[in-house]
Amino acid sequence: MADRKLRILVAKPGLDGHDRGAKVLARAFRDAGFETIYTGCHQTPEQIAGTAIQEDVDVVGLSCLSGAHNYLYPEVVRLLKEKGADDITVIGGGIIPDQDIPKLQAAGIKAIFTPGATLDSIIDWINQNITPRE
Amino acid sequence: MFTKELLDKSSQLRKKWEDEVRRIVAKNPDQKPHWSTVSDLEIKRLYGPEDIKDMDFERDIGYPGQFPFLRGVQATGYRGKYWTFRMFSGMGDAEVTNKRWHFLLNSGQTGLSTAFDFPTLMGYDTDSPKARGECGKCGVAIDTIEDFLTLVKGIPLGEITTSMTINPPATVLWAMYCAAAEIQGVPLSKIGGTIQNDMLKEFIAQKTLMCPPEPSVKLISDTVEFGTKYVPKWNTISISGYHIREAGATAVQELAFTLRDGMEYVEDVIKRKGLDVDEFAPRLSFFFNSHIDFFEEIAKMRAARRIWAKAMRDRYKAKNERSLWMRFHTQTAGCSLTAQQPYNNVVRTATEALAAVLGGTQSLHTNSLDEVLCLPSDHAVQIALRTQQIIAEETGVANTIDPLAGSYFVEALTNEMEEKAWEYIEKIDEMGGMVAAIEKSYPQLEISDAAYKFQRQIDSGEKIMVGVNKYITEDEVEIPFVEIDDTVEKEQIERLNAVRRKRDNRKVAECLNDIRNACKKGENVMPYCIEAVKNYCSVQEICDVYREVYGEYRDPGVY
Repeated sequence: MADRKLRILVAKPGLDGHDRGAKVLARAFRDAGFETIYTGCHQTPEQIAGTAIQEDVDVVGLSCLSGAHNYLYPEVVRLLKEKGADDITVIGGGIIPDQDIPKLQAAGIKAIFTPGATLDSIIDWINQNITPRE
Repeated sequence: MFTKELLDKSSQLRKKWEDEVRRIVAKNPDQKPHWSTVSDLEIKRLYGPEDIKDMDFERDIGYPGQFPFLRGVQATGYRGKYWTFRMFSGMGDAEVTNKRWHFLLNSGQTGLSTAFDFPTLMGYDTDSPKARGECGKCGVAIDTIEDFLTLVKGIPLGEITTSMTINPPATVLWAMYCAAAEIQGVPLSKIGGTIQNDMLKEFIAQKTLMCPPEPSVKLISDTVEFGTKYVPKWNTISISGYHIREAGATAVQELAFTLRDGMEYVEDVIKRKGLDVDEFAPRLSFFFNSHIDFFEEIAKMRAARRIWAKAMRDRYKAKNERSLWMRFHTQTAGCSLTAQQPYNNVVRTATEALAAVLGGTQSLHTNSLDEVLCLPSDHAVQIALRTQQIIAEETGVANTIDPLAGSYFVEALTNEMEEKAWEYIEKIDEMGGMVAAIEKSYPQLEISDAAYKFQRQIDSGEKIMVGVNKYITEDEVEIPFVEIDDTVEKEQIERLNAVRRKRDNRKVAECLNDIRNACKKGENVMPYCIEAVKNYCSVQEICDVYREVYGEYRDPGVY
């Protein structure tokens, strides 16, 4: 059943409006053959977890440039777990200071991509680490 | 522009030069096949008289302070006054920001500019569940007038001008400023400053959102009307290209969408408020990005002045010369800075600031080297401010007005940008205006295309960012890191709760109801907002009334 396409939700949690990166990535994912869902700015962690489950995605990619990632990213992971969907991989990017990365990884965010990461490096990481769920 | 003899001579010499180029390139090819601006506008190897031969001196160039204002709106240039050194600043709570403001004023800053945090920008109080984790992170947290009075403590509101980057809740924050002035004993006729208050570009790019486009424009027209009548020195809209550019637009898109937004506001105020264009147009101001491509930025700013003057004269029949003036603030491009080798950002910012000055800006913010990573430190912000002061006081570029005028290249590029901008403007006209274009996601998708193309060019190495895809170093330099910790949020919520306990809550409900009625009847909300903030209504309480009456807009997430 390897034919099922990888499904990814690109989401912007919190009040941040810097959506350039999220939108560029959504296009790159689409062009890479992923089934891509982008829900726009200002999603609450509850909305993101809900959409991820409803859309049956394999990966959630979070983007936040406001500095609120330390609360918002782990909250998405926690809610997915609470709803029994902890097999969905959560990754994130944005303006994430180096010292926050270990904390976020410990909270269950599998990979963090910071400014300068190429589109292809992110796509490669997903292809290497995620198999579409059946 | 030139005699036939000169053009003939030039044509002869050009041919000779072209032959020589061909000969050399055959042996030593150019480093790359295409040479273009950061916005991907193709640039020629050389420009000459033939590139600007159709220009008419009086019609297209002229003198500063004269139509078409290509060379500047001020007849005296920077000799009477430099551009305003205005650093965008706000962090943590009102007290911390007030301290930073005094630090900047003591360092020679000449105007204030307020960065609010996301909850304030979006019209939420700090204790809203939606605000969790955001308090004070990207700017200062303001919930009630009590915070606002702390923010402006020791700032003489009758003397210094203040810009406030605030959009959906602009009526509320401006009401707080007006009320604070009154408390300081300064009449409204004496205060000066700017509220950004440009919602169209929020839908297009910056995405601080509250109500749908139509009522958003209505609230903006309320402020224009109120300012025209009672706060004559206030710029009630700062029609902004900055965020459009940061979202990935090209320079031409920034120019075209910003100016078309401006035209939309002009049309709405005339139609909705019945004001004569000359009553309010002189207080419309603009805000541009200064990106890394030096000449493209200068050409963009020069073209902007000429387009606006023509539009105001020909489309809206403005008679007052000041209605034709495009006055603008500039900020260097945040998106041109790199997290890698952050000290290089000082050089980028200096180059961009120089372009803004040669473009004739009235006011300037220079980004700090660390802004790509965190809130700027005192030291970094001072270097950024000093960059402007060095340009003003040492480099000599402010000695003479518009020194690049008459350059074959700069004039040709200015003309090209104007032409391409008009094409966009006319296309949006055909769609029925900017609100209609936004509803079709037209500008949003144009920008997304440009942003995606640029990122691909960076990834492939077709365009270079030093330290990112070329000249990479493994050992990164550490920079001091400014962080806002979670106690700021806790203390801000305590402060808000204290205000709620001590205020007259019956009066609060009355004030909010007055705003509700004004919204329903289509009355100007400003006088009611001033009354409401004086009675300690919070930012969210007032914005919730707007959301209730006008509905809430959600980002459709097109990409």
